[in-house]
Amino acid sequence: MAPVVLVEDLRVRFTTPDTVVHAVNGISFTLEPGRVLGILGESGSGKSVTLRALIGLLPPRRSHVDGRIVVGGHEITRMSERELRDVRGTRIAMIFQEPMTALDPVFTIGEQIAETIVRHEGISHPEAYRRALELLEMVQIPSATRRLKSYPHEMSGGMRQRAMIALALSCRPTVLLADEPTTALDVTVQIQIIVLLRQLQQDLGMAVVFVTHDVGVAVEVADRIAVMYAGRFVETGLAEAVIRSPAHPYTAGLLASTVLGAARGQRLEAIPGSPPDMTALPTGCSFAPRCRFAEPRCRDALPAEFALASDRTVRCIRVAAGEIDVAAGTPNGDAVVGWQRRAMEEPARGTAR
Amino acid sequence: MSPLLAVKGLTKHFPLRSGLLSRAKPVVQAVDDVSFEVDAGETLGIVGESGCGKSTTARLLMHLAPADRGTIAFDGSLVGAGEGLSRRDLHRQMQMVFQDSYASLNPRLPVSMSIAFGPLVHGLGKPAALARAMDLLQAVGLDPLSFANRYPHELSGGQRQRINVARALALQPRLLILDEAVSALDKSIEAQVLNLLLDLKERFDLTYIFISHDLNVVRFISDRVMVMYLGKVVELGPVDRIYREPKHPYTHALLSAIPSMDPRHRTTEAPLSGDPPNPINPPSGCRFRTRCPFAEPVCEEVPPALQMGEDGRAVACHMLMPGSGHSRA
Repeated sequence: MAPVVLVEDLRVRFTTPDTVVHAVNGISFTLEPGRVLGILGESGSGKSVTLRALIGLLPPRRSHVDGRIVVGGHEITRMSERELRDVRGTRIAMIFQEPMTALDPVFTIGEQIAETIVRHEGISHPEAYRRALELLEMVQIPSATRRLKSYPHEMSGGMRQRAMIALALSCRPTVLLADEPTTALDVTVQIQIIVLLRQLQQDLGMAVVFVTHDVGVAVEVADRIAVMYAGRFVETGLAEAVIRSPAHPYTAGLLASTVLGAARGQRLEAIPGSPPDMTALPTGCSFAPRCRFAEPRCRDALPAEFALASDRTVRCIRVAAGEIDVAAGTPNGDAVVGWQRRAMEEPARGTAR
Repeated sequence: MSPLLAVKGLTKHFPLRSGLLSRAKPVVQAVDDVSFEVDAGETLGIVGESGCGKSTTARLLMHLAPADRGTIAFDGSLVGAGEGLSRRDLHRQMQMVFQDSYASLNPRLPVSMSIAFGPLVHGLGKPAALARAMDLLQAVGLDPLSFANRYPHELSGGQRQRINVARALALQPRLLILDEAVSALDKSIEAQVLNLLLDLKERFDLTYIFISHDLNVVRFISDRVMVMYLGKVVELGPVDRIYREPKHPYTHALLSAIPSMDPRHRTTEAPLSGDPPNPINPPSGCRFRTRCPFAEPVCEEVPPALQMGEDGRAVACHMLMPGSGHSRA
């Protein structure tokens, strides 16, 4: 199937009078219709910047975008602001972490959704308002008719998030970008939004790029996972493969740092040091200064993307050379999911699929 | 042996300003009749969603806000009573680390001074206080020579949180309250700070109260866990037992809501619908009844008391109280 998103060697840098921040340093990927890519990374890894580049939301005067981005046949990187406005909402839409800032505080939810539909599809306002009601029902907002007339501040956090999803889906986009949409929510609400998003994605056949820092959330939503570090994908693959047998030392370290696999009170296998300074990235592998497998040659040149399998890439020269197997000896795979599975096997738990 | 910290009937209601004409004054029942004990050397985890009162509980323990009712006894002496421990004495024994590592440090002081500040106020001489700050920098894994004279804005979030831990330890307290202390950190940094907390606990014989919304972290670090919902304790007991076999329907739902780590076994159904209700004028009876799949009339009428079971765990649910009037009891 032809990909609906195509990104080639995307690079983004931000310039200030004093410094240049290299936020994204050459990422390439494709996404087929109806698939979900989870981008997993820590703060400053460039995951949100990547997402904003995909919808042309980076500030034009302070950011510099190189590379090619094609979404649904549109070359985002070559479009004017006016052309972008027509594509946003209809082809590609985005949901954010903080719905309170993404929604307009002085208009009701119904007005905001209807306005979007009128703007893009040119139908009458009453007709658009009816569509807004359908959308609120689709995102399972209780008493939707009444909620159409609510202002964002009158809603709870979870309901606002649903309203923002309804707004994003109002013109049936083919690609949905999700920037940590569940991070600010309580855990019982987070899982509701995850389940809803996955259901909508399947019903509507959308492609989704979902950015998160939370391994568990990525596992719940993504078909494929791309692990991002210092503006590059260090590892990509099917979610199951990446989680159960991580190939890159950073992925393995990240999984070992999530406390799930560790026995209580045992020291965690933490990654030493801190993420690199994005204004002065090292020449070689940017993870080398923190990597316990690093050798002097890791610092010489940037590791190329190496295909481990047909659907699996890793940026590490030692893994590519078959010298190290980071999955061995890290609490991944069965150890990580052990108690989770026990918890799931309890009868009251949602049925596994 | 008496517990290191004994809390009885702790209550805090925040009245809201009401309209001129409305009669009933809205009240946020942030913490309502909360009792628990912490033994020396253990880690008590407190979990719950926003608005459940976990941070207010911490502030009440530290006397950062006055409690409406209830008593706090530290190592057998009542706090705040005429005869007992003064607030100043309490702060020598009990210190707190907050979530926002930047807001909890003075931006105009080099970090060594921030650490030495407490001991200075409590009467230690300046050279001795600074020497202690240097030792503590070392203890939290920061080289005193290169970090002592830096200012908070020159440090990363993880380094600042290490400074906050050092600051909290400067008075040589016995109990540390960690209020979402690792929540703002990235996973790889969070793991480093958790390791540090384990080391320090052993080295300085500390007792922790660890407050977090991250259920995995709480399971990792705690010996016992206290689950709160809308200002009430719903379940309290050994962490392994509660995580393996939660008894309160809310605890069960909360633990089932943790994202799965297994792509082959994803969560297909959310255990609860809706958001936690507003803590202003919470539901009568059991506060969880509006979201509980097993709620019956008795749950609306009678607030369930926290009942101690045989396995060292306490649960507040009518279903587990024989004779409560609930059909499942």
